[in-house]
Amino acid sequence: MARADAVVQAAERLVVLALITCGALLIIVPLLLTLYLSLFDEKLILFPPRGYTLSWYSAIVPNFGGSLVTSLKLGAFSVIGSLALGIPAGIGLSRHRFRGRGAISMLLLAPLTVPGIALGLAIYVALVALDEQLGSMVTGSMIGLVLAHIMITTPWVVRLCLASLANHDRAAEEAAASLGAGPLTVIWRVTLPAMRAGIVAAALFAFVISFENLELALFLTSPGMTTLPVAVLQYLEYHIDPLVSAIAVAQIVAIAAVLLVLDRFVRLGQVIR
Amino acid sequence: MTTAALTLDNLSKQFGTVAAVDAVSIEVQSGELIVLLGPSGCGKTTTLRMIAGFVPPSAGDIQLAGSSITALPPHRREMGIVFQSYALFPHLSVARNVAFGLEMRRVQRAAMHARVAEMLRLTKLEAFASRLPRELSGGQQQRVALARALAIHPRLLLLDEPLSNLDAALRQEMAREIRLLQQSGEITTIMVTHDQTEAMALADRLVVMHEGRVQQIGTPEQVHSSPANPFVAGFIGGSNIVAGRLSDDRLELADGTAVFALARRYADKGAATLAVLPDSVSLVPPGRGLVDGEVELCTWLGAVVEHAVRVAPNLTLLTRGPGLGPDATPRHTAGTRVALRWEAEDERLFDSEGRAVQAVSRETSHA
Repeated sequence: MARADAVVQAAERLVVLALITCGALLIIVPLLLTLYLSLFDEKLILFPPRGYTLSWYSAIVPNFGGSLVTSLKLGAFSVIGSLALGIPAGIGLSRHRFRGRGAISMLLLAPLTVPGIALGLAIYVALVALDEQLGSMVTGSMIGLVLAHIMITTPWVVRLCLASLANHDRAAEEAAASLGAGPLTVIWRVTLPAMRAGIVAAALFAFVISFENLELALFLTSPGMTTLPVAVLQYLEYHIDPLVSAIAVAQIVAIAAVLLVLDRFVRLGQVIR
Repeated sequence: MTTAALTLDNLSKQFGTVAAVDAVSIEVQSGELIVLLGPSGCGKTTTLRMIAGFVPPSAGDIQLAGSSITALPPHRREMGIVFQSYALFPHLSVARNVAFGLEMRRVQRAAMHARVAEMLRLTKLEAFASRLPRELSGGQQQRVALARALAIHPRLLLLDEPLSNLDAALRQEMAREIRLLQQSGEITTIMVTHDQTEAMALADRLVVMHEGRVQQIGTPEQVHSSPANPFVAGFIGGSNIVAGRLSDDRLELADGTAVFALARRYADKGAATLAVLPDSVSLVPPGRGLVDGEVELCTWLGAVVEHAVRVAPNLTLLTRGPGLGPDATPRHTAGTRVALRWEAEDERLFDSEGRAVQAVSRETSHA
């Protein structure tokens, strides 16, 4: 009996190992290929390449510098906006059981369920209509783009804030109040510190989602104000060369670096479950 | 007459249709330690939370030294609270936890450091000042919570089941420390617990609660020896409770399976409840006591020995006597026929409303 169990266990372990290997390969192989392509010394992607070069990396800033700055600014504004909206919402939703609570939490999470393209088109149409009515110039402006991005980043912020408060002991807030802290002081001195890990993770998520977003930006950017993903797409329409791979690698390295640094401060594994 | 330190005046709390706290009135004298005692769901914690200001009362008034605080928010009530979970601030060091209330009061830096150092000394935490709460044991966290609550010179100290998360040995030690701190500082204190031993050990006066109502207020001795009703008798000291029909000096079980001879004679007739503490019941040879029975179980616990005696198919009574020394109770094996007896003054009878029934004569021929 024990022998048969041991065999089954060994087989199970083998299957698990195989699955993990497959999964890892699925993730790693495209990344390695991208890295490989970015080093080709070719104008067109030919295989095998004549030689290898790092020159594509030095071409990133001249070609995409402007859109990179736009994306970074957009990401920063989206983070600030969605934190300003999502943190109070998270605290309120976790703390109170009020009428309409279900509706509000659904409204806040709804953008996650709508395909990005549909959302982008709808926002574009809405902004054009708004501009026609008011004579404003929101369409194709930074404000319009920031507002649209806040819409898709806020659900993540709310979710992460709610998760960070799930194990929070409300008694600590009551203790602070009994010691003389008013309601706002309690939030500042007790609730927000308890949410720290969740807030850091939320900011990071919001930034990454905004930075990589293509579907909304596709409709909402304008000449002179293009985000990096849109610029890359436009570039791809006329050129297929290793520069795009170089950008992808640079982006992956930058985001991975941010994640690694953050993981030292916040146990990301504990926040995202 | 001096004004009470804390007055609860017909304090009530209604949750939906349930009265969690029902017209509770208590007067607490300055420097007194009052324990609210009762089973879970009796309303003791809700009462404490109303005093702290976390739960708004449905009716009634709370006065601190004669002036109403019912409308004050928690942060303006100046009360020190020790929570069951301790509720320390996890991101602050022990010293910063203790200093929190002083920071809120904008106490001068030097005075704050002095007060924090004093509190850490009183609670024997000097060595842990810079540690974080999660680096401390349960007992140490408990002391931080106490130091934090007392640092602000609270007008009232509230303790919510403060010992329930500690192991037995530490519990007794902490109970003594709390009592010493409380007495030396003459701090008016309200404590909530469901543990009657804890309550007895700490309280100047007990408030026994059940189903949102105050059942009895008195010193531990009063509540133990003269319970006001069958609930108190059963809850404090674990009295034997026997419901039946009373006539003169006999109590017949409702199902008719046994008849108790009583130690006293009563004028009342009808439904009644008998309560006798296990410590007051002694074992005598069959036919020589108030009711006959058969030993079901004998448990020797060192200092005390307990016998469970079946007196009717559905009724077992408990006796308790010294387990050691010259007066040790003889132990009986299961199946031994015995009789139970008790002294007239240890016998309590309550009518169907839960009120004590007065005896007409001191003793009957049975006793």
